[in-house]
Amino acid sequence: MRVNPRTTQSIAKAVIWSAAILVLVLLFAVIIYILSKGIPSITWQFLSQIPSDMGRSGGILSPIVGTLAVTLVAIVVATPLGVGTAFYLTEYTRESLITKIIRFSAESLAGIPSIVYGLFGFIFFVIYLHLGWSILSGGLTLAVMILPTIIRTSEEAIRTVPPMYREISFSLGGTKWQTMIKVLIPSALPGISTGIILGIGRCVAETAAVILTAGSALRLPTSLFSPTRTMAVHFYILAREGISLERAYGTAALLIILILLINIGANLLVSRFVAKSH
Amino acid sequence: MKKFGERIPQSLFFIIALSALSVLALITIFIFIEGVPLISKVGFFNFIFGMKWAPSLGQYGIFPMIVGTVAVTLGAIILGVPVALCCSIFLAEFAPKKISNLVRPAIQLLAGIPSVVYGFWGLIFIVPIIRNYLGGPGLSILAGSIILAIMILPTVISISEVSLLALPPLLKEGAFALGATHWQTIRTVLVPAARSGILASIILGIGRAVGETMAVIMVLGNAVALPHSILDPARTLTTNIGIEMGYASGEHQQALFATGIVLLVIIMILNGAAQYAVRRK
Amino acid sequence: MKKGIFKYPKILRISIVFCLVISLISLTFLIGCSRSENSVIVAGSTSVQPFAEVLAEEYMILHPGVNIDVQGGGSAAGILATQSGTCNIGMSSRNLAGTETKLWSVEIARDGLAIVVNPKNSISSLTIDQVRDIYSGKTGNWSLLGGKKTAIDVVTREDGSGTRSSFESLVMGKTEINARAMVQDSNGAVRQLVADDPAAIGFISLGLVDKTVKAVDLNGIIPTRENVTNGIYNLSRPFLFLSLHEPTGVAKDFIDFTLSDKGRQILDDQGLVTMAVNP
Repeated sequence: MRVNPRTTQSIAKAVIWSAAILVLVLLFAVIIYILSKGIPSITWQFLSQIPSDMGRSGGILSPIVGTLAVTLVAIVVATPLGVGTAFYLTEYTRESLITKIIRFSAESLAGIPSIVYGLFGFIFFVIYLHLGWSILSGGLTLAVMILPTIIRTSEEAIRTVPPMYREISFSLGGTKWQTMIKVLIPSALPGISTGIILGIGRCVAETAAVILTAGSALRLPTSLFSPTRTMAVHFYILAREGISLERAYGTAALLIILILLINIGANLLVSRFVAKSH
Repeated sequence: MKKFGERIPQSLFFIIALSALSVLALITIFIFIEGVPLISKVGFFNFIFGMKWAPSLGQYGIFPMIVGTVAVTLGAIILGVPVALCCSIFLAEFAPKKISNLVRPAIQLLAGIPSVVYGFWGLIFIVPIIRNYLGGPGLSILAGSIILAIMILPTVISISEVSLLALPPLLKEGAFALGATHWQTIRTVLVPAARSGILASIILGIGRAVGETMAVIMVLGNAVALPHSILDPARTLTTNIGIEMGYASGEHQQALFATGIVLLVIIMILNGAAQYAVRRK
Repeated sequence: MKKGIFKYPKILRISIVFCLVISLISLTFLIGCSRSENSVIVAGSTSVQPFAEVLAEEYMILHPGVNIDVQGGGSAAGILATQSGTCNIGMSSRNLAGTETKLWSVEIARDGLAIVVNPKNSISSLTIDQVRDIYSGKTGNWSLLGGKKTAIDVVTREDGSGTRSSFESLVMGKTEINARAMVQDSNGAVRQLVADDPAAIGFISLGLVDKTVKAVDLNGIIPTRENVTNGIYNLSRPFLFLSLHEPTGVAKDFIDFTLSDKGRQILDDQGLVTMAVNP
């Protein structure tokens, strides 16, 4: 007996809607739960004081600064390296086996678990290079971690610039360098920026690669060589050891808000440029 | 004959590219230099299939951790992919514009949440439920699978949705013209047409699940023994590194790098599979 | 047609310049002071860490301009970091062994080791042999000890933990801890697990026992600070500060502070047992 296709459609629709609702429920359960428990803790004192008494009291100023510092170092190091490499790969080399290998390697390295980067960073930066637990060690480890992603997304963005743009520029007498500055960078900027913002998001949320490279010191860092906690590490320690659930939720809520702002910024950037290019 | 003004930028970019690629090469070489001697010392089969991980006794068998990784990832795929696929179909085909414009950024947010937050959430909600209703300590492979399933949802949903939306509208119109219902069209025409992108998203999700560390450390129990059921605590390759890397030295440390090699190989295989899937379009 | 950077809308231009300026300022600020002689890194045992943090906080209030950073990682990590020079002062919650004894060390306090179970657990007293059998896997069910018929969820610390090593030498002896025991990486995490799971058993710092868990009597002796001080409750381990060579400078000053009356008062208040200073 053949089942009426309309019936199967109704059943399928029901299943699909339930799946979507399930995802939304999970979304609520995680995000709303953390935000509802955490936002009450986010006061001006919370944001402006450093943790004291192992984190049982005080605020999270040093983790906030730590997060920004480590992310800044990572971006400042990885962006020029990544975008420059992408330009070199697309503009100055011919498509060959070497470039294919490089692309595949960048792809694979982008997928390595962050803990492996943490292990490498700990042994190489902290111990071998004697940088100790520091913003520098943490930032460099994160830079290495996001470098493949930035190379990949930048390369993708540059390659998808229509060849016509380049041809027009050359036919107008522009050099490769001028073409790059005036034509390629503006066109590829949304893609490149997306890669950078993805990198920022990853740095902010990262724990495994940072906990043993930037350390877990509580005080406000005073130099690139100071150890520091990032917010994610601070949350992990507070929550795990049951030191202060209140402040743990506050830290998590702040993290989520930060990620939200980063995402919104990224979307605005992309939509603005997409609109402009039309 | 290139103009002089062209050589400077070219050399500049060459140096930049060389530096970046050397850094990436450094990591790979470092991992291999540290890890390979240990694998050859312990023996490849003893390392991969050895049942006992006891560094203080000089035993480095990672099979229980491989089982842990596979079990947790498999569970995440079984639980997460069907839901993710249905959700992506929902966003691409059924959702009214207003709802999809709200849901899409929300899913993007889910993707950015730090894994430690997921782990903690799982510790509070999922682990007690498993402990009270299903038995065992609650810290288990099942808990890990559930948390990882939630964590890979955004990846699979967004990429599958993009693949579905990228299909030429002609496919759908043609199917409708032939009298097919919406669901029949989705099932027999659209999903198969988008399957390479969907497959790529699943493989990316697997990659994320394999690489996850912090969330898993918090909910898996981290016992070194081979797990016998999904309610047993276990360790994965990543959590093994995470727990021990602070104090490992000498041989022990090399063993952790060797585990890193195994992870690198797994990721490369997954990447190769993803590229193959996408090329088969 | 506007050229170059002026193609972009005004707001974007301003924000780009703003971000660049902020980045430059922050970078110069951060690069400003490189590693100074006035900073000391204390690293190692997660058991000692909270106490070291409190001591550091107090010390930094008394000596402004000095930076003391406390890092966890476990006793083994602390010993390694001391040997490799990655930290100035190492922390350990177990005695040094083998080649480690070459390091300079001083005991800053003693800490009791408590065996804890869930408050809902009917059992309040165990013998050391019973604890050993539980941890080796020989005794698998609480009913064998007079409790409910549930499997025992054994919780231990990670391999490099000084707490675990102390537990192993004081309780386990030559017997190995069961491979199926769950591993957590800090006292607090063990305590939380035992507090949540009615069938769990674990060992933590005596100073960290609170209302969420129940410390069992061992061989009939109640684990209290007094009993640790007078030696009746003999499950205790030393908290050590380590250094590669005889400490100098700020590190020496901080260690002296820890051993001083003021430092010992802080540790006593936190629940540790400090030795009397020989005059």
